[in-house]
Amino acid sequence: MTWGNVETLVKIGEVIEASGSQFVAQCYKLHQPPPLGSLVKTKEGSIEIYGVVFNAETHSLEPGRRPIARGSEEPGGEDVFQANPQLAKLLTTDFGALVVGYREGGELCHYLPPRPACIHSFVYLCPLEEVEDFSHSLDFLPLLVETNLPMPVDEVIAACFRYFSQAHADRRTFLVKAGKELALLLGGELKRLNSILRKLK
Amino acid sequence: MISQNFGDENRLGIVVSGSLTKGVEVKLDPGISVEDMVVGRYVTIEGEKRHFFGTITEVSLEAIDPKIAVAPPDISDPFIAEVIAGTTVYGKLRVLPHLTLGSDATSILEGPQPVKTVPAHFSVVKLASPRDVELVFGSEDERQFYIGTPLDMETKVCLDVKKFVERSNGVFGKSGTGKTFLTRLLLIGILQKQAAVSLVFDMHSEYGWEGQDERGHKVKGLKQLFQSRVAIFSLDEESSRRRRVNTDFIVKIGYDEIEPEDIELLRQTLNLTEASVQAIYQLAREFGERRWLERLLDLKDEEETKQLVSKLNIHESTYRNLRRGMENLRRFPFLVPQAPDNSVRRILEYLDRGINVILEFGRYEDYAAYILVANLLTRRIHTRYREKMERAMGEDLARPRPLVITIEEAHRFLNPELSAQTIFGLIAREMRKYNVTLLVIDQRPSAIDEEVISQLGTKITCLLDNERDIDNVLTGVPGKSELKVVLSKLETKQQALIFGHAVPMPVVIKTREYGSAESYREFVSPRLADRGQRLETDDLWG
Repeated sequence: MTWGNVETLVKIGEVIEASGSQFVAQCYKLHQPPPLGSLVKTKEGSIEIYGVVFNAETHSLEPGRRPIARGSEEPGGEDVFQANPQLAKLLTTDFGALVVGYREGGELCHYLPPRPACIHSFVYLCPLEEVEDFSHSLDFLPLLVETNLPMPVDEVIAACFRYFSQAHADRRTFLVKAGKELALLLGGELKRLNSILRKLK
Repeated sequence: MISQNFGDENRLGIVVSGSLTKGVEVKLDPGISVEDMVVGRYVTIEGEKRHFFGTITEVSLEAIDPKIAVAPPDISDPFIAEVIAGTTVYGKLRVLPHLTLGSDATSILEGPQPVKTVPAHFSVVKLASPRDVELVFGSEDERQFYIGTPLDMETKVCLDVKKFVERSNGVFGKSGTGKTFLTRLLLIGILQKQAAVSLVFDMHSEYGWEGQDERGHKVKGLKQLFQSRVAIFSLDEESSRRRRVNTDFIVKIGYDEIEPEDIELLRQTLNLTEASVQAIYQLAREFGERRWLERLLDLKDEEETKQLVSKLNIHESTYRNLRRGMENLRRFPFLVPQAPDNSVRRILEYLDRGINVILEFGRYEDYAAYILVANLLTRRIHTRYREKMERAMGEDLARPRPLVITIEEAHRFLNPELSAQTIFGLIAREMRKYNVTLLVIDQRPSAIDEEVISQLGTKITCLLDNERDIDNVLTGVPGKSELKVVLSKLETKQQALIFGHAVPMPVVIKTREYGSAESYREFVSPRLADRGQRLETDDLWG
């Protein structure tokens, strides 16, 4: 099953970097990346690639040009941008997503796709119905648990569970099921398991 | 994987390791509480090619990571507790498979067979359904007697009474654990299925007319339930009259019926020395087997005594010891110089007519009376049965009815010192061939000769907690150490472990109710399973 017509989904950005296991997308709107742990997807030919957002950052478009503080005279943060409308064109927000599966010909797979996403392909935020459908199986969990990220991956896992749980009518049952799956994967790492579980409330 | 659908509500878990001798280990599914698992419970395992039936023999708590014991998770949070249960920590069972049933047509026809292998890895383990129990233990019919229910189940566990009486059997258990009730049930089973006739040496007069339960309520004995098929013989007319028991016969034993062998068994009870026993044989040679006791007891004249003692070359202290012992016998009013009727013949007459005989001892509850009478009567009956059986074999006549002799305090007869001499030892060993078997009841099985114990066909044991008793009862049983755990964890009342010849596999039962009007009705006219509706083995695989 394919969720929604791609045209009716909300486009939130465009892939600007892609590998087999991750992709980075640039947001169309400054400071409006999808939430941490949310499910996004992009298209590559006939396949739809799903990713879990693991990070977002806002930075200068030009690598050598650092933003400088401009608000000493302004009453609020928003006012800085109003007084300096060029800033919106000089800054950009990116987010990174870990690939957790793909859908091809209606079949959902919870493992890495055959090809990475294409640069400039559009990225959409998946609606909750699609999140529910995707998270019926948690077989993608090892992809999250065993990845190496520049940020604490456990935070991503916890955020992902919290986000996915909103899509399920019985939130607690989903969290318990996910927690148990995680407990099996983290058999010898009790501390880690404990700290993730504590973040699932 | 957790996400897999377990579906079946009876499912407990999967087999993860194990061996044939020690049983298989079963990892409990998350969501199954270890506290619901009890040893002795009956489970089925669905192997790849065959079904296995077994019992839980051990329950344990396990953890993926041993460190969890040092730094336990925060289980005050119910969410964390729920996640941890069954994953990081889980319950484990040890299940001892006893029987197996193949899935091909021949195996189904043959029924459950003793297990010779173990189920494959990750076979699904389920609580046995009533249908499984029925498949193994059958349903109540003309052979099968409903004796109790498995733990936590409403199904009937049946005992094959025809098989039961083929061999000698034992009922064991600490005092107060329900041996008498169980024995009464077994006797009713034998009566109801007409598998044999019983001769009960009823030391405490609790089988024949009525007995008492723990709370002091009266319960009906066999005679009240099966009027025409039970006869009460009594050694103590007065006691029977006081208890308003209708006796069929008052047993008197003449001095002339007591043979030296009968006294030999009482050596310890009457405190006789070895020399005294020898002297008895000398007396018997001197006066004849039928008259020696009477002559000895009549001997009053000192001169005469001296002559006799010197003639037989008996030491005087031996004579005094012997005399004192024999005087003890005089206090039993049922011993008379000349019996008005032949008790042995009477008992045999009744037994031949298919009437069960219960011999009440009334006030004579001491061991001397019990051992003397039980042994004396049984020896004579044994001889007659043997003759009849030999004649039947030689002349192709109908064989005598199978006879089950019930004795209490069996260790008094069957301890290692005496079992070679008493008739009971002989019956336990070989009388099966002559259609006579024993039902021994005892609270100290360790005091019974191991050789006798090992010959018992079916053993039914209530709670035992003495290590030696347990060991002795379980001598030679496969899975002994596992059954040991089960046995020592039985409840003190109404629970028993049955294993051996008459049941296909060891099973713990809650004994059938005894004492209500409904139970009496069921004993007298049981509702037998309609054969047309009996379980088909195919259903199991359907």
